[in-house]
Amino acid sequence: MSLLDVTNLCKSFGGVRAVNDVNFSLEKGEMLALIGPNGAGKTTCFNMLNGQLKADRGSVSFQGQELLGMNPRDIWRLGIGRTFQITATFASMTVRENVQMALISHHRKVFSLWNRATNSYAQEANSLLQQVGMEHQADRACGVLAYGDLKRLELAIALAHGPQLLLMDEPTAGMAPQERITLMELVASIAKSSNVSVLFTEHDMDVVFAHSDRLMVLNRGEIIATGTADEIRSNEVVKEVYLGGGSTFDTGEKEKTSA
Amino acid sequence: MGFYLAQFLTGLASASSLFLVASGLSIIFGVTRIVNFAHGSFFMLGAYLAYTFVNILPHGVLGFWGAIIVASLLVGVIGVFLEITLFRRIYKAPELFQLVATFGVVLVIQDLALWIWGAEDLFGPRAPGLGGAVRILGEPIPQYDLLLIVLGPAVLLAVWLLFNKTRWGTLVRAATQDREMVSALGVNQSWLFTSVFFVGSTLAGLGGAIQLPREAANLLMDLNVIGEAFVVVVIGGMGSVPGAFLASVLIGELNAFGILIFPEITLVLAFLVMAVVLVVRPWGLLGKPDAVLRGADGPPEQPLKPFTATSKYLVWALAAALLATPAIADEFVLVLLSDILIFTLFAVSLHFIMGPGGLVSFGHAAYFGLGAYGAALAVKYLGVDMISGLVVAPIAAGLGALVFGWFCVRLSGVYLAMLTLAAAQITWSVAFQWQDVTGGDDGILGIWPAEWASEKMAYYYLTLALVGASVYVIRRIVYAPFGYALRAGRDSQLRVEAIGINLKSQQWMAFVITGIFAGIAGGLYVYSKGSIFPDELHIARSVDGLIMVLLGGIQSLIGPIVGAVSFTMLEDLVTRLDYWRIIFGGVILFIVVIAPEGLAGFARKILPESLTGKKNEGVQI
Amino acid sequence: MISRRGLFTRTLLGGLIAVVASTAHMANAAETIKIGEINSYTRLPAFTEPYRKGWELAVEQINKKGGVLGKQLEVISRDDAGKPGNAVKIAEELVAKEKVALLAGTFFSHIGLAVTDFAKQKKVLFIASEPLSDAIVWSKGNDYTFRLRPSTYMQSAMLAKEAAKLPAKRWATVAPNYAYGKDAVKAFKSVLKELKPDVEFVEEQWPALFKIDAGATVRALEAAKPEGIFNVTFGGDLAKLVREGSIRGLFEGREVASLLTGEPEYLDPLKAEAPEGWIVTGYPRDFIKDATHQTYVDAYKAKFDELPKTGSLVGYNTMLTIAAAIEKAGSTDRDKMLAAMKGLTFDSPSGKVTYRPVDHQSTMGAWVGRTAVKDGKGIMVDWFYADGADYLPSAEKTKALRASN
Repeated sequence: MSLLDVTNLCKSFGGVRAVNDVNFSLEKGEMLALIGPNGAGKTTCFNMLNGQLKADRGSVSFQGQELLGMNPRDIWRLGIGRTFQITATFASMTVRENVQMALISHHRKVFSLWNRATNSYAQEANSLLQQVGMEHQADRACGVLAYGDLKRLELAIALAHGPQLLLMDEPTAGMAPQERITLMELVASIAKSSNVSVLFTEHDMDVVFAHSDRLMVLNRGEIIATGTADEIRSNEVVKEVYLGGGSTFDTGEKEKTSA
Repeated sequence: MGFYLAQFLTGLASASSLFLVASGLSIIFGVTRIVNFAHGSFFMLGAYLAYTFVNILPHGVLGFWGAIIVASLLVGVIGVFLEITLFRRIYKAPELFQLVATFGVVLVIQDLALWIWGAEDLFGPRAPGLGGAVRILGEPIPQYDLLLIVLGPAVLLAVWLLFNKTRWGTLVRAATQDREMVSALGVNQSWLFTSVFFVGSTLAGLGGAIQLPREAANLLMDLNVIGEAFVVVVIGGMGSVPGAFLASVLIGELNAFGILIFPEITLVLAFLVMAVVLVVRPWGLLGKPDAVLRGADGPPEQPLKPFTATSKYLVWALAAALLATPAIADEFVLVLLSDILIFTLFAVSLHFIMGPGGLVSFGHAAYFGLGAYGAALAVKYLGVDMISGLVVAPIAAGLGALVFGWFCVRLSGVYLAMLTLAAAQITWSVAFQWQDVTGGDDGILGIWPAEWASEKMAYYYLTLALVGASVYVIRRIVYAPFGYALRAGRDSQLRVEAIGINLKSQQWMAFVITGIFAGIAGGLYVYSKGSIFPDELHIARSVDGLIMVLLGGIQSLIGPIVGAVSFTMLEDLVTRLDYWRIIFGGVILFIVVIAPEGLAGFARKILPESLTGKKNEGVQI
Repeated sequence: MISRRGLFTRTLLGGLIAVVASTAHMANAAETIKIGEINSYTRLPAFTEPYRKGWELAVEQINKKGGVLGKQLEVISRDDAGKPGNAVKIAEELVAKEKVALLAGTFFSHIGLAVTDFAKQKKVLFIASEPLSDAIVWSKGNDYTFRLRPSTYMQSAMLAKEAAKLPAKRWATVAPNYAYGKDAVKAFKSVLKELKPDVEFVEEQWPALFKIDAGATVRALEAAKPEGIFNVTFGGDLAKLVREGSIRGLFEGREVASLLTGEPEYLDPLKAEAPEGWIVTGYPRDFIKDATHQTYVDAYKAKFDELPKTGSLVGYNTMLTIAAAIEKAGSTDRDKMLAAMKGLTFDSPSGKVTYRPVDHQSTMGAWVGRTAVKDGKGIMVDWFYADGADYLPSAEKTKALRASN
């Protein structure tokens, strides 16, 4: 049994098949990239995995547990962390408090009415921040961070409950090229050291080819190819989809698919 | 048969009147996101101005309709004037702050109208040529009603054409959906907003002017119409003019037929309908989910900071001063201070749900009143002593919040706010109508403190202790994981759900907590006044709370305290003067303009760091 | 920024100085009798402004004649903004800080009741001048509260007595949905039933106060085909009801008994559209030929350049009451004033008024007549003065009403 097994996943929007019969699996410690041109169905696929969107059909099994039908917060409790295409953090808190919030929730202390939140799990939060290189900014307001730092903060939040799987939707969207590489190297090293699996979508092909163990190419809701970086690079169908569709492998534009 | 048709037509005529006011309100909210309490004042001005012009212009059909049109346009100009001089300065303030400004405008216009037109109701003439009735199926139907029935849809059509067939309309609709995008397109957003204000105010003026043949222009028109206008807008869906029309017809007809079966229903019918609609359709009949109250335009709130050493000394000094007051002050100072303390707790509890919780409540009086009524009823029927009464108060209010909160947290933004208002109004109507139990508007009398607390000084210390402890506990909760999780949910709903927090239960619990503390305030209040009346559950009390919180500054924990103290003291001060409303309103407007981040935010800007803690980077207003 | 703050401070300071100055002024006048007065001046100016003018005139006249017990009367008047909580706070201030000899005023019944209960708790004399609620002297009555104006029950009874003389048997009622409306309908029904057992009440309408949906209400009343209508709505509601009702022919061929509609406060705004032939309680101030009343009207006109209204008379009589009570008591000692108030009789522009010892209700009456329109304005015709004493329950009955207290 793999860590994550996706079988026959389907979703239509008003007759348009956004995701059609998608099957794949993800092994422990593996970094799997999901790529494809705009509108291929990547985000739709992602949002079904993390519980934000209801699937029409199919199955998503995490360590034997069916995820479809569960809401995002329960999926998170199973050990699946997430980052978002557009960062979602708590602007009115400090960097450390953002991480502490996730830790408080992990320890099921959100209904605690008396102790100071800033004193809860501060050590753990600090070490998580250290992992992503944000320890020097721990006391800054989250609302004033640079975008790259927000992305790293999100990563720290996603790692807070010691997940076995990270779902990262466009982790490097909106970042400068050099920042992207740094961030993905960070993700890769954490994944290796903590034996965390990562499933991510990505536009930047440099990032994808450099940091994924395996790739899946999605087009019009269907997986048209799976394989290593080299296999995908030389795949004729993939070339056709990208070049014929007017897109190139190294396009870095932000995908605007909405959920 | 004819009778029911007549009743139906009557309902349609009322619906048209309602629609004219509501459509303008909906348009203004849809584009500018201003919750405009002053819309009722525009309505009233329309009626008064029409009265004036009808008497000035030559009598006859032309003169009459000329007066109606001139009055409406003049109200539109007044709206533009207010937009340019006032609202335009505060679009960037934290959410809802504009509401305070509109409250100030209401007060100012009330006194101006009294000053210009006098206290007596002004009964205008009937519309020339439309003063009689025609018989339809044997039933007399006023001709003017028929005109109104036509006028409503005509205005709807005109507004629809304006919004859908003109470039202006396209821009306004775009602005409704995405304000940034419109300014990115190079459109001068401020003039767009100004023009929207003109249209909205003109419609309000028209709504008032057109009432002239039906009712006397009077000084209570503003507040009488505003509640119902909001209800219509919300039922229809904020920003949706056809929705407002549909809602007007719904309310008009339900009212017309409802009074045949249960005449008392008119008291609360509109709010009942709104509550039902919102529970079934969380965004109104034709509204879209995006019509929420967003703080997007304001700066983000700063992280919470513990007291600095200096502010700790200040807090202790303040506590010492409050403890020492009875030794030096006369009895009335203690009465006033008790009032201030009670309203401080009321405002702090409201702030808890609005600030950290991010849930706007327009009906906080419900919990204040439930607390007060809980204690009063326990005394009246169970003969309990004061301590038990003060225990019952938060329990009653907390239970109320448990029920209302369950429904409310399912909604968001302005719809949530309006559902809290509906809950409060329904509670109010129960207290008002259920005469046998609650005494109706004659209230419950004789709820005085126990012997040991009957001296002013003793009751003051009791109040000080309870309010002090409550405010401390609320502060602890805000700093505790619960408060953090609540703020987290306000900052990013997506993220909290993605870190395993059930936001709805968090918010529901927050309702209960806020209810409990408002209930304590209500309990203290009833024993300090000796009696309780439905007034304490009414919109006016909720609005007072809102103004205190917003005036003080919603983004600061000190804000509601500053707001409650200054509001209560200012009110006590100015009501001693003639024409105090214009002074009160004027002072509020003045504060709004110089301190758009609220009094506490303003203080933070000008006070030294030793008091406010380290200044935050990059936050500019 | 600095200059703006400076301006703000000045505004606040200005307000403070005004308050301090007025307090200081009060402190200077040591040889006065202080009277605390509370009313809803901003909430309902149409009714409370004439009232204020009335008591101002009385105070001026009393002080010109040398005051009471050789001291000038000084009224400290405050606005309660229509909120009972405010009224109690102000009452606290007037008693604790201003050390007033007694309290007077209020218009709304619930505010009147709040102060009534306060008076009982603090043991202060309170003259409830304007509120109509029966509870103030009956179910919630207490030793410290006396009420001047003819109550809801009295005025309803006046109309019921007239209604009983009419052939109409099927009656409908329309009243604002709050205590005043409820009390009035209840009183009218019970008195009319007593006098004429075969009447039946076929319809009740309860529009929300100042929010009447007149068209629908009129239709609902009409549908019941009553022979008589008892109306309690007033102010803006009345104007709407009258216009809708006359357009839709509701009042054609029907008797209407209408509470307070003859009072200038309510009748004047209707101008030429004032209803004709309604039986009303009110105040035909320009037709009362009594000499005392004429003197009063002349003085009022001279001072304010307008005719007095009902509120004016109530305000005027309030101060006459206070002056008479203090005169009779010989001091401003509370217990002496309370004793003096029981059975106090004084001469008012409307005739002799007595405060009944049994329930502290004054016997000030009202004028009952029919409405008519003359020279484009509503007036009362065929009126007579109904002395309040004739419409109050007997002493035994009243004792039972107060027994619960």
